[in-house]
Amino acid sequence: MVLIMCASVKYGSRGPALIPRMKTKHRIYYITLFSVVLLGLIATGIFQFWPHSIESSAEWSLDRRSVHDAPLVRIPMSSPISERGDLSCRMHTCFDVYRCGYNPKNKIKVYIYPLQRFVDEVGVPISSTGLSREYNDLLSAISDSDFYSDDVSRACLFIPSIDVLNQNSLRIRETAQALAMLPRWDKGTNHLLFNMLPGGPPDYNTALDVPRDRALLAGGGFSTWTYRQGYDVSIPVYSPLSAEVDLPERQPGPRRYFILSSQTAIHREYRVELERLKEENGEALLLLDKCSNLSQGLASVRNRCYKGQVYDYPQILQESSFCVVLRGARLGQATLSDVLQAGCVPVIMADSYILPFSEVLDWKRASVVIPEEKLPEMYTILKSIPHRQVEEMQRQARWFWEAYFSSMKAIGMTTLQIINDRIYPYAARTYEEWNNPPVVKWTSVNSPLFLPLIPPRSPGFTAVVLTYDRIESLFRVITEISKVPSLAKLLVVWNNQNKSPPEESLWPKVAVPLKVLRTKENKLSNRFFPFDEIETEAVLAIDDDIIMLTSDELQFGYEVWREFPDRLVGYPGRLHLWDHEMGKWKYESEWTNEVSMVLTGAAFYHKYFNYLYTYKMPGDIKNWVDAHMNCEDIAMNFLVANITGKAPIKVTPRKKFKCPECTAIDGLSLDQTHMVERSECINKFASVFGTMPLKVVEHRADPVLYKDDFPEKLKSFPNIGSL
Amino acid sequence: MQARKKYVLLGLCMCCWLLLYYWGGLQERLLGLITHRRGEVARPWPNWLDRDLLPGYADQAELQNAGGPGDSPRQRRQSWAGIYKDSRCRMDTCFDFARCQGQSGFRVYIYPPEKGERVSESYRKILTSVAESRYFTSDPREACLFVLGIDTLDRDQLSMQFVPNMDERIRGYPLWNDGRNHVIFNLYSGTWPNYTEDLGFNVGQAILAKASLNTEHFRPGFDISIPLFSKEHPQKGGERGWLVRNTVPPRRKYLLMFKGKRYLTGIGSDTRNALHHIHNGKDIVSLTTCRHGKDWEKHKDARCDHDNQEYERFDYQELLHNSTFCLVPRGRRLGSFRFLESLQAACIPVLLSNGWELPFSDVIQWNQAVIEGDERLLLQVPSTVRAVDITRVLALRQRTQMLWEAYFSSVDKIVLTTLEIIKDRVYSHISRNKFMWNALPGGLLVLPEYSTHLAHYPFYYLNLGISPGQEFTAVIHATSPLVSQSQPIMKLLQVVSKSKYCSQIIILWNSEKPEQSTIETEAVLSLDEDTVLLTSEINFAFHVWRSFPERIVGYPPRSHFWDPVKKAWGYTSKWTNEYSIVLTGAAFYHRYYHHLFSHYLPSSLRALVDRTSNCEDILINFLVSSVTHLPPIKVAQRKQYKEMPTLQGTKMAPWANPEHFTQRQECVNTFASWFGYMPLVHSQFRLDPVLFKDHVSVLRKRYKDLERV
Repeated sequence: MVLIMCASVKYGSRGPALIPRMKTKHRIYYITLFSVVLLGLIATGIFQFWPHSIESSAEWSLDRRSVHDAPLVRIPMSSPISERGDLSCRMHTCFDVYRCGYNPKNKIKVYIYPLQRFVDEVGVPISSTGLSREYNDLLSAISDSDFYSDDVSRACLFIPSIDVLNQNSLRIRETAQALAMLPRWDKGTNHLLFNMLPGGPPDYNTALDVPRDRALLAGGGFSTWTYRQGYDVSIPVYSPLSAEVDLPERQPGPRRYFILSSQTAIHREYRVELERLKEENGEALLLLDKCSNLSQGLASVRNRCYKGQVYDYPQILQESSFCVVLRGARLGQATLSDVLQAGCVPVIMADSYILPFSEVLDWKRASVVIPEEKLPEMYTILKSIPHRQVEEMQRQARWFWEAYFSSMKAIGMTTLQIINDRIYPYAARTYEEWNNPPVVKWTSVNSPLFLPLIPPRSPGFTAVVLTYDRIESLFRVITEISKVPSLAKLLVVWNNQNKSPPEESLWPKVAVPLKVLRTKENKLSNRFFPFDEIETEAVLAIDDDIIMLTSDELQFGYEVWREFPDRLVGYPGRLHLWDHEMGKWKYESEWTNEVSMVLTGAAFYHKYFNYLYTYKMPGDIKNWVDAHMNCEDIAMNFLVANITGKAPIKVTPRKKFKCPECTAIDGLSLDQTHMVERSECINKFASVFGTMPLKVVEHRADPVLYKDDFPEKLKSFPNIGSL
Repeated sequence: MQARKKYVLLGLCMCCWLLLYYWGGLQERLLGLITHRRGEVARPWPNWLDRDLLPGYADQAELQNAGGPGDSPRQRRQSWAGIYKDSRCRMDTCFDFARCQGQSGFRVYIYPPEKGERVSESYRKILTSVAESRYFTSDPREACLFVLGIDTLDRDQLSMQFVPNMDERIRGYPLWNDGRNHVIFNLYSGTWPNYTEDLGFNVGQAILAKASLNTEHFRPGFDISIPLFSKEHPQKGGERGWLVRNTVPPRRKYLLMFKGKRYLTGIGSDTRNALHHIHNGKDIVSLTTCRHGKDWEKHKDARCDHDNQEYERFDYQELLHNSTFCLVPRGRRLGSFRFLESLQAACIPVLLSNGWELPFSDVIQWNQAVIEGDERLLLQVPSTVRAVDITRVLALRQRTQMLWEAYFSSVDKIVLTTLEIIKDRVYSHISRNKFMWNALPGGLLVLPEYSTHLAHYPFYYLNLGISPGQEFTAVIHATSPLVSQSQPIMKLLQVVSKSKYCSQIIILWNSEKPEQSTIETEAVLSLDEDTVLLTSEINFAFHVWRSFPERIVGYPPRSHFWDPVKKAWGYTSKWTNEYSIVLTGAAFYHRYYHHLFSHYLPSSLRALVDRTSNCEDILINFLVSSVTHLPPIKVAQRKQYKEMPTLQGTKMAPWANPEHFTQRQECVNTFASWFGYMPLVHSQFRLDPVLFKDHVSVLRKRYKDLERV
């Protein structure tokens, strides 16, 4: 648009410059012609360029449309009607899985039918409300999501645009006919209907009464007898109040009232029971009802009364620890959503009710479900729940609301994800992903090596020696390590590209296979590469100057690793400290009483961590390490501690980890700048991880009889701690 | 003229320019169509102009009213009981909760076997498990649940074990009550050719604990799907899973394997007859044989001879050990033995059994341990399993082991899981949540009566992202009467109370049992009255315990060993290079183990401990190791605990008594036989303070006292 305006201005200015030289008669004629051309130009320009911003003219017309412009479809009286819902339907019987196929993203494709206005033969619409705001929100959200596909022939799931959220506003027979008229209906196969208020007076069925054949139903208020487990999806009844009212999240903790009942439509028998409970327990209970003396309308929706005193609803929900959600004629209650939003723990008393999204959500952690019959015992039951658990439930309730109840979008996406998880079960979301609030997800750890195993001694370990050119020292290290009984293989990672490793004949003769791996670049991360040559799960990373470790110490280290296969088990320990003056982390290598890292100059660990280090290291840590030629050990400690939540194990007493002959090079590690750099590493890594994963402990592992008054020759590992 | 020419020219130029303009615009539009279309997904659900004017789906008053209060709840409950029976049974309508509300709580009664009744090996094991469980009662009046004495496991009419006249016999039971509160165990139902779910008698309102349950017949929240197990399945203990290490990369020699029968006709043949298609002879081995049944040669087809030959080339056990994934297709029935076999072998099951309600599906999250395939998509299975990445293979594999050991490795576990699931439904507000069922160490070792709060258990700290509390409770077991200020217990009280982490001290006289509610902290420091310790030793051990809250952390170690001569377990208190027990005369452990000790272990073992006033410490070590599968932890100690003569010298310490020692030897064997295996695990290290006995100035050391002699 802006571009066209500029162009026309340009023309306007060029035109008048030519005009003065013309005859008046012609001038008028040309000016008119010119203006016409110019106007035409502008008009076409607008016509040409306008659709640019919205892609195609067809959509342009759609987008400027009102709901009332949707095409009208007249349903013939004799139009066929679907079968009633088939109660025996399951995914493997009624769902056509071939439509979904194998796809590398493991995501189903969802098609939405374009909006049509269905009317019967005399022109009466099938629904009194037509498209509701909520259903429109839901369909918009789905069409904006990755599930959406506009290709009807490749879709796996079909969503009709016929709004059946509320059965009360529907003409059942005509709605069923409308559904059956959908071009891909095919007995409702792979069609998904959303319904929140099923049934109607007087007996209120617990599932949508519209005959729907094989269609899946995402319904609010299913009972155990209408819910087809593993086929239907139980969804919440959306509360539009949540969009109107802002209830800020509250810190979990004790609240003014212990139990609150805020529903207005409670059966008299239950109200009597609740009043009895109130009499027994007094102030702890707040029993609200609708306000009789107030004028009708919105005011009554947002108010509740107790003995003439008026309370704001739903704000009052935030003042209570537990909130009662009793069934009415319908099982699903919008109150549940309000209660969760307020972070109040719902006490659900609705026998046979299938809780929303119960296929994936663990309601026992966010609510208390009590059989209706046990209403009189409610107070005792709730009192027996530990305080800390109530707090956790409050947090959990609020999180359920935020993630799965708060909007039509949340409800729609959760439903689709659940169906997606069924079709691609091997890519399904885990319990933790569904149920852990972000705070817990952030702090909790799910170690990839969670099974408590003490692997057998027999396959032994593979020693990986990183070397550059200190051949003499390297050979000594090799000779020393080769004495360790459980050594299975020696790998020398030759990190010097300018120099070839010594000839085979020059290497020390060792009993185990020895292999030299030449690297392409001199990178520190090469030592943590998951080489195929490492066939044991235990890896001993060792520097080419660590010649002071005895065979007993190494063997003992391996034995300890077997008991802690998910940890770093190493010799020299280090510590990180918080420097209060500088306000940042500091690296400490002095004699301390605590340990939070072990150096990988000599450490046992699981080969899986090599894989993680090489392929799953967060952020740019790997590059940083290679660029600075330092801190690869700190990075490994961060990685392992972060994923396992456990501290490393330092084994055996402290030694002088300096080789006497190589003072010049090794003096480096005592160098002040070196220490500063390692402190920097800790700060850098902590910021990349977003937290400080390292754990501080005060212990190290020694052999059971270490320094005990016991004959040395009877000890398994006598030669430990010698200097 | 010139001017006119000029203007005509100008006009032409304009026209040309206009044309170009049009063309250019069009081109640009086409370009836009091509590029933009590809870049973004079209958004066809329109942004209606009047979307803000759309009506709400229901008005607020209607929503809050929810259809009004409905009918009388009492009447509803009554009418439900009439409508929802038999195939529509739910706990609400077909179970009598009142029977379980008595003093005795959840009790299970077994009908006494009739004379001459023949019971199959498997059913005998099931009955033994129930009879030995802590829920058993011999009094039908206090029972909440009933188990039939008649063998109902095999309801195949062609089977040897089929019991006829079931209807008649059951009607003879005075307590049958149309099956209310009864649980019926079944492994096989139906017979050739359809293998229906029918048991051949009216189960009425009894809960079915049945193998190969179909989702369509399964009454959710009521029936329980159990795994199919063989008659060799051990009564208790059970073999451990085969996974001993997590190799990386986790792929085994074969990616996917199957070895079994091919059905040429009949139910289940759709899948079984197609399995050979995915065999590639390299990483996918799918072997089928036609040689089964009496008249297999009649149905024989062109493949049979070749397949039979190929079939013999591979050994099932070898495949089981060396395959990453194992196909578990349906047989005639939905469940098969190979399900448990592959679970134990840590060969990730790939299920092809549409409609099978997986074992204990109420509580177990199977999608974290198996790959649920679809019989209709058999040919996709190879690409599906190939796409599983190494992290997931590791996780799935470990989970198979966790589930195997928690719920399936013995008949005891299968039966107990069934009972616990029912119990959780009966007392729904004191029951385990899904997390407890699916996390280590498994639901059977979590007793919800102790607490329903995850943070109250010793196993979940890491999963919850929290650490154990900063304080402990000292529990001192005392026997000698308090007569003087110089008694060891006085010294001990002083030492313990000096620890900054000590929040309370409880003294129990003459083997009283501590009440659970009195211990306010998660950590318990168990002490004998004559224990000699230093405050810094206690502090250090407490620090260590906070790193290992699920284990026992203590000082004096002991060890068990297998005595090949006596063919029995031995117990030693000698100094050895490894240990498997730490004595609880001075040890930290989580208070939950107190509860587990008094509620999980059978009264027979606890009686043995009480009777002999011995072995309690061994038993708690057994218990904790059976939960963790790990050894206890020994920490540094200044001098040898109790192994110097007591100051009084008058009273003979019980440990010095040789009879006391043989008793302990016996205890180890009794305990091992109850557990069904030896849960104790050896460890070779102890934990010392970081600078323990290092050559540095003592001033630097936090626990210098430990080094003093």
